[in-house]
Amino acid sequence: MLQPTPPVPQPLENMGQAIPRYEATAKVTGQPLYAADEPIARPLYAFFKTSGVARGTIASLDVRKAEAMPGVMKVYTHRNAPPRKAVKHIMTGGYMSDTNIPLADNRVRHDGDIVAMVVADSYEIARDAANRIEVRYAAQAPAATFGSPGAVKKVPEQAQKNAKKAGDFAAGWSRAPVKVDARYSTPTQHHNPIELYATTAVWNGDQLTFYEPSQFVYSTANGLAEQIGVDPAKVHLVNPYVGGGFGGKGILTQRTALVALAARDLGRPVKLVLHRKQAYGLTTYRAETRQRVRLGADRNGKLVAFAHDGEEVTSRADDYMVGGVENTVEMYACPNIATSVTLVKADRNTPGFMRSPPETPYMFGLESAMDELAVALNMDPVELRRINDTQKSPISGAPYTSRSLMQCYDQAAAAFGWSRRNPRPLSMSQGDWLIGWGCATATYPTNMMASTARIRLTADGKAVVEVAAHDMGQGAYTAMQQIAAKRLGLDPRQVTVRMGDSALPPGPVAGGSMTTASAGSAVHTAAGKIAARFGGAMPAPNDLDDAFRRLGVTQIEEYAEWWPPGQGPQAVRALYKGSMGGGGGEEGEQQEGNAGGGKPMMAAFGAEFVEVRIHRLTREIRVPRMTGAFAAGHIVNPRTARSQYLGGMIWGMASALLEATEVDAKRARYVNDNIAEYLVAVNADVPQVDVILVPEVDTKVNPLGVKGIGELANVGTAAAIANAVYHATGKRIRDLPITMDKLLV
Amino acid sequence: MRPFTYERPKAIAEAVSMARSEGAGHVNAPVQYLGGGTTLLDLMKLDVMQPTRLVDISRLDDRLLRGVSRNREGLRIGALSSMAELADNGMLARDYPVLQQSLWLAASQQLRNMARVGGNVLQRTRCPYFRDTSYSECNKRIPGSGCAAMDGVNRLHAVLGVSDKCIAAYPGDWAQGLAALDAVVEVLGPGGARSVPFGELHRPPGETPHIETSLQPGELITGFVVPGEPWPRSLYRKVRDRESYAFANASAAVALRMRGDVAEDIRIGLGGVATTPWRARTAEGMLRGKPLTEAAIRAAAEAEFAQARPREHNRFKVALGPATITRALLEAKAMEV
Ligand SMILES: Cc1cc2nc3c(=O)[nH]c(=O)nc-3n(C[C@H](O)[C@H](O)[C@H](O)COP(=O)(O)OP(=O)(O)OC[C@H]3O[C@@H](n4cnc5c(N)ncnc54)[C@H](O)[C@@H]3O)c2cc1C
Ligand code: SF4
Repeated sequence: MLQPTPPVPQPLENMGQAIPRYEATAKVTGQPLYAADEPIARPLYAFFKTSGVARGTIASLDVRKAEAMPGVMKVYTHRNAPPRKAVKHIMTGGYMSDTNIPLADNRVRHDGDIVAMVVADSYEIARDAANRIEVRYAAQAPAATFGSPGAVKKVPEQAQKNAKKAGDFAAGWSRAPVKVDARYSTPTQHHNPIELYATTAVWNGDQLTFYEPSQFVYSTANGLAEQIGVDPAKVHLVNPYVGGGFGGKGILTQRTALVALAARDLGRPVKLVLHRKQAYGLTTYRAETRQRVRLGADRNGKLVAFAHDGEEVTSRADDYMVGGVENTVEMYACPNIATSVTLVKADRNTPGFMRSPPETPYMFGLESAMDELAVALNMDPVELRRINDTQKSPISGAPYTSRSLMQCYDQAAAAFGWSRRNPRPLSMSQGDWLIGWGCATATYPTNMMASTARIRLTADGKAVVEVAAHDMGQGAYTAMQQIAAKRLGLDPRQVTVRMGDSALPPGPVAGGSMTTASAGSAVHTAAGKIAARFGGAMPAPNDLDDAFRRLGVTQIEEYAEWWPPGQGPQAVRALYKGSMGGGGGEEGEQQEGNAGGGKPMMAAFGAEFVEVRIHRLTREIRVPRMTGAFAAGHIVNPRTARSQYLGGMIWGMASALLEATEVDAKRARYVNDNIAEYLVAVNADVPQVDVILVPEVDTKVNPLGVKGIGELANVGTAAAIANAVYHATGKRIRDLPITMDKLLV
Repeated sequence: MRPFTYERPKAIAEAVSMARSEGAGHVNAPVQYLGGGTTLLDLMKLDVMQPTRLVDISRLDDRLLRGVSRNREGLRIGALSSMAELADNGMLARDYPVLQQSLWLAASQQLRNMARVGGNVLQRTRCPYFRDTSYSECNKRIPGSGCAAMDGVNRLHAVLGVSDKCIAAYPGDWAQGLAALDAVVEVLGPGGARSVPFGELHRPPGETPHIETSLQPGELITGFVVPGEPWPRSLYRKVRDRESYAFANASAAVALRMRGDVAEDIRIGLGGVATTPWRARTAEGMLRGKPLTEAAIRAAAEAEFAQARPREHNRFKVALGPATITRALLEAKAMEV
């Protein structure tokens, strides 16, 4: 069973075993219970009626037909909804993904805002009843996005504080002999996990147990407790599996409190499963961006000036900001740097984290501009990266703990056959298909957050690892299993892992690609404490029985707390409260040690190469092959790591060519809010993806030498594709997604 | 979904008598036939269609409704044949590749297993404003209410056959081949049997976009007849954003009879760009009896789109449509048959 089979990668230097996924058999045989699968006795079912306008007030609301239906228990509207406490947004130290409290008044603040909640005996009756609610709105013209009348620009304090600067950009720019000054845009995108957003609330006296997909169970449970005014100790969230999260299930939404309070009000469990359509307005999304990139270089290609300015859409209620310009300006050596981020507030729900929130949009801008610069310099784009590669921050001068970007480029270029590329646009074709090759840099910062873990080892050589971390399919169970097994000297199959439950010792948010580094470090520490009971070196599994006898115990349990360098025990206290910001590390880039200031730079890197084929007449764009090489410190499991990279590049390709939530500019509404019309890649779009794991040793990032990889590989793909499209057609597409219409006109 | 009565008739005659009803148009009738249900149940769940009675024809075992047969008149396909079974039919692939390919390239295997070709031609538009009852403006759903797509998101909407009332594209694939090959629809209704030329089955939106076909409430499609000789030199070219499981941005069902370089007969059906399955008669007329060069095809294809009326986001279809015709005809010309 532990024998890897192709295409399972063989472990190279500084890599663990490529064992199969911990829960693989369970998943392919349909065993795991996802939140909405949890069998509950006699539940009621909730269904929302959501708004058909994005801004206005409810002029009339007639629920009589719904209430009259047999099986309907209650219809909640702004007239009778249970009150909830206002809890702050996650970015201002609270728990919420969106602070707009639905059903608190008769106002509608965005597309798909909740205007009523029906609770009934069955899902079908609840949904049918919701359809029979008659609402009339006094609608006002909403602001949809950039450029809409009524959209308001704002530079939040945080953006000013985080703005990065080096030298004198204006001076460097004015002297630069070669310049690129270009504007790019990226679209709205929604997560669309296959597991729908769901909440089931069950009260037992004053104890609440609830089931909902969560990438941060401690935060979700604590936030809910605060919203409904209940002691957090009495709120228990159970969610061992997340069926795809991508950031969308990271932060508490407003639906949960409504379900919990309805269950208390009606004295029965209540289950809610959002319709996919409804998730577009009632959860978060990746906001659209507009960017301006200015790159100035000398004639040899050395950067002398770099400015990256971004605009991002957010809601009226909250100043959510991704601010990826802080990351892009760390990429290459450059003496003169300036950045800015401006928010544009519109009548929208609040956006939020989505896989590599800052890097995905902003690295598209930078890496497209780098390609434009290479063209302007008549230089190979790989060589341009090499000339500007750096081992230290161009802002603070702090060294990278390790950075293998050019090793990645060289290995990927060789595997891809880059040397056979004719750099001239429109120079390669086969039959009616134009061929283009392009490349770009991938990067993701090594974020870390405090974590705890508990391990119980019994004399029979079995261990149980407990940490409220989360597996969304990324392989976290497997990583914890392997890290514990290694330190305890056990076969991984002897290690049971329990996660995704707020009754377990707290773990980090499954975001920022920090589970393995953070929860893994806590597990490693706890395992180390067990080893210490045996004098530091673990006895061989066969000798454990004797060793336990000598100690006079039948089991050993150790609990450990771990926090990243630069943080302290207060980070663990914050973690128990489910706070993301408490210890410094959160999905954003405020991570200490990552923000310059002399602290070491920590990040994983990769290089991606793609081939595109574009039909000379109809201009469909297809991607017959992609090659990516990635270096991210110690790789716990090359098999699950490869899966993350594969999935990342596939997502990156889809986000370049397909994925966009279409926003009706007049109505401020999401139009293609279903997965028939919101396109993601299907198998036929992905003939070949080659992943190369580049060995890298990093002894400084953390005790395990592990960097985050989950959000690495989808960064850069979009730029690589845009660059390849340019190579194929001579047309530079600066607005994602790159669809045939942009090549036909 | 609203409650409804479910009937399962044992014979065609019983089905037709159960489905007798009043109403403005076939698709809005209170009684609906249930084939594979992939359009009907979808729209019922979305509350867009609210029939009170479903007559399940999917299990009727009548030879009139099933299978593929050929005789001197041509090809006949029973309306209850599934998309999947026809997509797998070797004779169709050889003698009528345009028909087989249009099914093979449609939807997904799961949908093709469920869906029947009778229901397929009656599938309804994917216009998002039609499919979501929270929009108050949609002339097709609520006659006289306006059309949100006109000033909304309309990238996938039609440029041909549009009216001031509706610009919704006909989304299906299979119908373009039937339109191109002059198929005839066999219909059985309360008033007996009749034949409808395929080109008259779908109605352009005009002033009444809610009336989509010329069928009367309760009329049952029993089969399709494609008259005349086979069309081995034919194909279906579907152009879409992703490689599979997507509706067409533009598609062309083309069939040729060549003598040397000259197109003795030429048929072009267009999808994705028009409000109904579109027969490109202007282009056909310009090319019939002429040598099929790329330049000639282009000119004819562009002439077909001279009448196009694009909106803000679907302007590209005015270029994509002719490109699709050109590609399809060049590929059909190059076929080895
Ligand atoms: C996600 C998705 C993707 C799709 N992609 C494509 C695609 O790429 N290309 C494509 O062509 N199609 C596509 N479809 C549409 C699909 O092909 C149609 O839904 C299907 O063919 C309809 O057939 P059915 O048997 O399920 O019809 P039903 O849903 O059962 O019926 C549809 C309508 O026709 C009526 N009806 C059914 N049979 C008869 C009959 N014999 N006589 C009279 N009236 C009848 C019904 O009363 C109903 O009004 C897609 C559908 C979905 C859901
Ligand atoms: S295009 Fe037709 S279906 Fe779409 S909103 Fe307008 S009237 Fe309705």
